[in-house]
Amino acid sequence: MATLTLSNVKKSFGKTDVIHGISISVEDGEFIVIVGPSGCGKSTLLRMVAGLETITSGDVQIDGRRVNDQEPMDRDIAMVFQNYALYPHMSVFDNMAYGLKIARTPRAEIEERVAHAAKLLQLETFLQRKPRELSGGQRQRVAMGRAIVRKPAVFLFDEPLSNLDAKLRVQMRLEIKALQRELGVTALYVTHDQVEAMTMADRMVVMNGGIADQVGEPLEVYANPATEFVAGFIGSPPTNFLSADILGRSGDTKVGVRPEHTRLSDSGSLRARAAYSEALGAETLVHLKCADGTQVTVRQDAASTIPQEGNEVGLDWDPANEMRFDPSGRRC
Amino acid sequence: MAQQNGMVERRGAGLWLTHVGLLVGIAFIFFPIWLAFVASTVEQQEIVRPPMPLLPGDQFFSNYARALTSGVNAPVSTMLLNSMIMAIGISLGKIAISLLSAFAIVYFRFPARRLFFWLIFLTLMLPVEVRIVPTYEVIANFGMLNSYQGLILPLIASATATFLFRQFFMTVPDELAEAARVDGAGPMRFFFDILLPMSRTNIAALFVILFIYGWNQYLWPLLITTDPEMNTIVMGIKQMFPSGDDTADWPVIMATSILAMVPPVLVVVGMQRLFIRGLVDSEK
Amino acid sequence: MEKRVKFKGLWLPILLVLPQFLITAIFFFYPAGQAIWQSLFIPDPFGLSMQWVGLGNFEFLLADRYYRASFLTTAVFSILVTVVSMGVALYLAVLADRLVKGSGTYRTLLIWPYAVAPAVAGVLWLFMFNTRVGVVTWYLGLLGYDWNHVLNEGEAMGLVVVASAWGRISYNFLFFLAGLQAIPRSVIEAAAIDGAHFWTRFRTIVFPLLSPTTFFLLVVNIIYSFFETFGVIHTITSGGPQQATTILVYKVYADGFVGQDLGSSAAQSVILLAIVSLLTVIQFKYIERRVHY
Repeated sequence: MATLTLSNVKKSFGKTDVIHGISISVEDGEFIVIVGPSGCGKSTLLRMVAGLETITSGDVQIDGRRVNDQEPMDRDIAMVFQNYALYPHMSVFDNMAYGLKIARTPRAEIEERVAHAAKLLQLETFLQRKPRELSGGQRQRVAMGRAIVRKPAVFLFDEPLSNLDAKLRVQMRLEIKALQRELGVTALYVTHDQVEAMTMADRMVVMNGGIADQVGEPLEVYANPATEFVAGFIGSPPTNFLSADILGRSGDTKVGVRPEHTRLSDSGSLRARAAYSEALGAETLVHLKCADGTQVTVRQDAASTIPQEGNEVGLDWDPANEMRFDPSGRRC
Repeated sequence: MAQQNGMVERRGAGLWLTHVGLLVGIAFIFFPIWLAFVASTVEQQEIVRPPMPLLPGDQFFSNYARALTSGVNAPVSTMLLNSMIMAIGISLGKIAISLLSAFAIVYFRFPARRLFFWLIFLTLMLPVEVRIVPTYEVIANFGMLNSYQGLILPLIASATATFLFRQFFMTVPDELAEAARVDGAGPMRFFFDILLPMSRTNIAALFVILFIYGWNQYLWPLLITTDPEMNTIVMGIKQMFPSGDDTADWPVIMATSILAMVPPVLVVVGMQRLFIRGLVDSEK
Repeated sequence: MEKRVKFKGLWLPILLVLPQFLITAIFFFYPAGQAIWQSLFIPDPFGLSMQWVGLGNFEFLLADRYYRASFLTTAVFSILVTVVSMGVALYLAVLADRLVKGSGTYRTLLIWPYAVAPAVAGVLWLFMFNTRVGVVTWYLGLLGYDWNHVLNEGEAMGLVVVASAWGRISYNFLFFLAGLQAIPRSVIEAAAIDGAHFWTRFRTIVFPLLSPTTFFLLVVNIIYSFFETFGVIHTITSGGPQQATTILVYKVYADGFVGQDLGSSAAQSVILLAIVSLLTVIQFKYIERRVHY
């Protein structure tokens, strides 16, 4: 149980700055997801918290202790890696127990803790197997187990689900979240998948180019994106962006409207041609093209009428749902 | 139309011809060894009055017993032991020092690391034969003539194995070292608990290759072991031939030749998989 | 390529490389340096002092009829050994590759002569062709051929070539078989459907696709016949008759240890060193290229 505070943390490799100063404070027991496209610095940030990368400047504090110069093992953290990083020659039991053995934990306690974690993760019958004899989901659980047995103050996850197939990913997502709740451990979770971020996070950090664009609760971030990047990155299908030009307005303010807020209406002043539509069952996504080539997506109920391909229709929306961005991408 | 005998798989007469062709090759390879075996089971008289028989005689036990216990200059059992110590010494020695230095090169930053790496690179593929005279002098100055150290040390002074282990360590995922760090393992702990067990197959494969390399050394033991008690078996065979016109003791010499082949052949056949892997690895 | 993870520490890594560093320095770099140094001197007849002669030893060597002859001998010897052992190995590998079943058994039967030391191979072949008791000699005598490699230079060369090549077949066979088995079946089947017969397929498809293996083996076998055949030569002919089988490595030994001509022997070592380095560079260049493919 602990808090985690990052204050103005920066990282440079030589002359290249990859993280430009990030401050986050994580409450005890909170699940924070850092989400962003590849190369945005999210993994580097996590590795700095873990102690696997040095911190160029700024402070990382766990429960009020400054840990910048501590070895990973002294930071009271545990980490789940993207490719699990299980020791291939050790059994599941030994994989989980390795850290405890190094810490000279008494044998009985090791066994008890591993047994407890194995029960939690339904791995009891696999303890004597080698990692290569397990399925992807089971390996994932072992990696979790290795983190759990150490009873760390903070859990760190580095894209732990990206090697799993889609169905398993959904299931593990729920399991991880439930487990974290049950254990009440503070967690920092890195992913590029905005669905994971939306569904798992208590609060999420959207990163872009080494900067935290926005920190907030998922629904808040969704409803109120702070930047054009966040509006485009969070939400699927992504927000429609329309220039002042095509809307016939003056100035250079860009307008963003989410697909579910965009309506097809004959009276709409913005005209667009229906390109194609995707029927997903409960809803249908209609993709349209404006005169200048701007793509617009409209989310329609399955029951409503879908325009014929090639037909011109009007688009409309409630001004309250309009998000305006200045040329630098900030909300205005 | 593709003809049947033009296809990839052979049937009937073609298949038979393939087998016959292979058997001829095998006969060519086996014949010298078969002959040596026959010679090691007959009496001297049967050999010196040609043609010698082509089927084994009944002197197997007496010839081999004579070779093992007395030999010509030194008992073959002594020479076998010397060869065994030399071959195992070279294999283990080279593997040990190479593992350590490859670990240092891959997992640490230290001054002169690049320099060290290139020095090692230089030693690749320069066999002991090209520097025999000065190496002999070094060994003589250390007083290592007629010693196991003298037999072993110069032959482990090359970096092929270091290179091999370096290549292998580079393929070990970074995350394993990171996981070990998070688990609290220091460098040596990581080396012994994780890296070493993961290298098992590579180590075993290399052991097979180095064992044969060490066992089959000829020139080097010939130079530095003047005492018959220190001869290795491979070089000792030649020492059994009499100088001048005396007739060689062929049954004992041939028994010794067979004995000299048995350990490395057992290693190759018994560990065929590892052997092939080792060969392919070490030539990459 | 670099590892992302590095452990901290200065003394530990130095301690780790120390054993290898010391052994390599003492038993490799120092002697190699000595060989180069000694090649620039000649010792006086009593071995008490050394006289600087610069490149004199090299000039003397290159002018020496026997040394030049040894160069030629080495060239002939290594080409013959390489061609014979690779030829036989390729023949056997092609046959074994055509078997769907049983190629593993043949492989087991064919690989173990790799374990036979060159010196032992020498003794085996010497025994077969021994002028007094050799079985082959005797049967050749029946056919009216008087085999005597002790006197006949050509026969001596032939014998050391065959004995050296014999021990090398396994090695080449293994690599050829692996190379052949790496060629996709579908390519060969496509050619068969195009109507190409076995020999045409081999010439136009298999052999070109096998060329990386062939080239690699070429270099490795030349290096082998340069150095590792010392045991064969020493046991069968001791370089004779009339130095007909004195290859360069044997001459380094003969001049340095038997003739005690240290300056010349060292100069010869240096020349050998240069040749091996050249071959090694060629090999690495080639391997680099192979990596890019």
